[in-house]
Amino acid sequence: MNNNWQPSADLETLKKRAQFIADVRLFFTRKGMLEVDTPILSRAAPTAPYLDSFKTHYIPLGTDQKQDYYLQTSPEFAMKQLLAAGSSSIYQIAKVFRNGERGKYHLPEFTMLEWYRIELSLDELMDEINELLASIFAITSSTRLSYQQVFKQSLNIDVFAISDSEVEQLAKQHLPNLSENIQLDRDGWLELLMSEVIEPKLAELAQAVFIFDFPASQAQLAKIKLDKQGHQVAARFELYIRGIEIANGYDELLDADELRQRFEQDNQQRRGLNKQIMPVDDNLLDAMQAGLPQCTGVALGLDRLLMIVLDKKAIDEVQSFS
Amino acid sequence: MASVSTNQFKSGLKFMLDGDPCSIIENELVKPGKGQAFNRVKFRNLKTGRVNERTFKSGESVESADVVEVELEYSYTDGEFWYFMDPESYEQHAADANAIEDCKQWLKEQYVYTVTQWNGTPLLVTAPNFVNLAVTDTDPGLKGDTAGTGGKPATLETGAVVRVPLFMNIGDVLRIDTRSGEYVERAKS
Repeated sequence: MNNNWQPSADLETLKKRAQFIADVRLFFTRKGMLEVDTPILSRAAPTAPYLDSFKTHYIPLGTDQKQDYYLQTSPEFAMKQLLAAGSSSIYQIAKVFRNGERGKYHLPEFTMLEWYRIELSLDELMDEINELLASIFAITSSTRLSYQQVFKQSLNIDVFAISDSEVEQLAKQHLPNLSENIQLDRDGWLELLMSEVIEPKLAELAQAVFIFDFPASQAQLAKIKLDKQGHQVAARFELYIRGIEIANGYDELLDADELRQRFEQDNQQRRGLNKQIMPVDDNLLDAMQAGLPQCTGVALGLDRLLMIVLDKKAIDEVQSFS
Repeated sequence: MASVSTNQFKSGLKFMLDGDPCSIIENELVKPGKGQAFNRVKFRNLKTGRVNERTFKSGESVESADVVEVELEYSYTDGEFWYFMDPESYEQHAADANAIEDCKQWLKEQYVYTVTQWNGTPLLVTAPNFVNLAVTDTDPGLKGDTAGTGGKPATLETGAVVRVPLFMNIGDVLRIDTRSGEYVERAKS
């Protein structure tokens, strides 16, 4: 007999995990927010080129006709349909699934805390995250830096002024151990600089760090706006704690036509990468057409946060089985 | 030559990098939420012993390295090479000074060593955790001193020098932990 049946987290950790999750629920209940529970299975799936959904099939009894279904990578699309239906601010603690991702900080199945705020601006949403971190997780100090500031501080460049080839040169100069076969587009090099150069510097800070105003090309499902200097930026933020990406927040894009365009661009990029073309979520687009209220939203990796708070080395150590 | 993809990377996997065989020590997935994935790999160059890092794009392939570990019996040295024999096929394998550097002071004829081979050539010879070796030189033994206070240096038949209790004598056979290089006990003969 081997020991593989044993949980990957010890029982003491599982008790603490249960208490933290109960406290999170209480936090949102006290704010009068509705907890929702949307389906894990969906006919549609996100189109993001580097986000791989688990695919499965529904087979009506007595037939052999397979219908494609996908496991959610986040509860975002269903929650936005609820918002369009008039739910007001909502939250959810959901199991989400991402194919191919396995590492110290990645599991193919993990727990996401996601919430949407009708009344709050992006700044106010960051305030609310601070309130949650301080009142439940004893993380009391945070700072906010724009994407441009963080690149200026760490690499001494103006990320909105340098050319694509300068970005590539900069990455190669700071990362001498790169495989020579790596070919990336501008955003790929920027992501690599962020992961390999900037995150380790953020890890040295005692504070949690919000990074906001991302390049417009990394808008995902956020609005695009002009920053104070007139650059087109994505109205979104990421939260880093000890250099680990914990949360991703948007000032949510409301324009259905623009979202359809982004989905199509994603699928075009997928075609170029020889990846599956994903079925676009028409229900989400219709809901947005009907009217998604002005809102901000954030997805927070609960396992990673617990891992940091409970001082564990790997995400496996806070999940019952991994 | 067979290739391996980054998604098969795990510690202990052997691969070729810049012409040298390497062994993965640690493989870390680097992937921002919706961004591209990379593998940050810490590895040991099996030829030089040096530890280094390399970042690959996930899905990249590298050449696998034909590296195996075999148990071979040490035979003799001619000063330039150290010869090890396969106890079943009696085949001889010659290891150079580089390969035996770490275990040179524990090499004794007819003992079995773990030999890491690349394309049939010994890269690294590792001593068993424990070896029994005779004392060839030490100060005279002090009878009655069994408390082992302080101890004294003793030269062993392989040339290694270890600290031993004062009551040990020339000709005594000692059990040595090769990982720490420390005397464990007097071997039962």
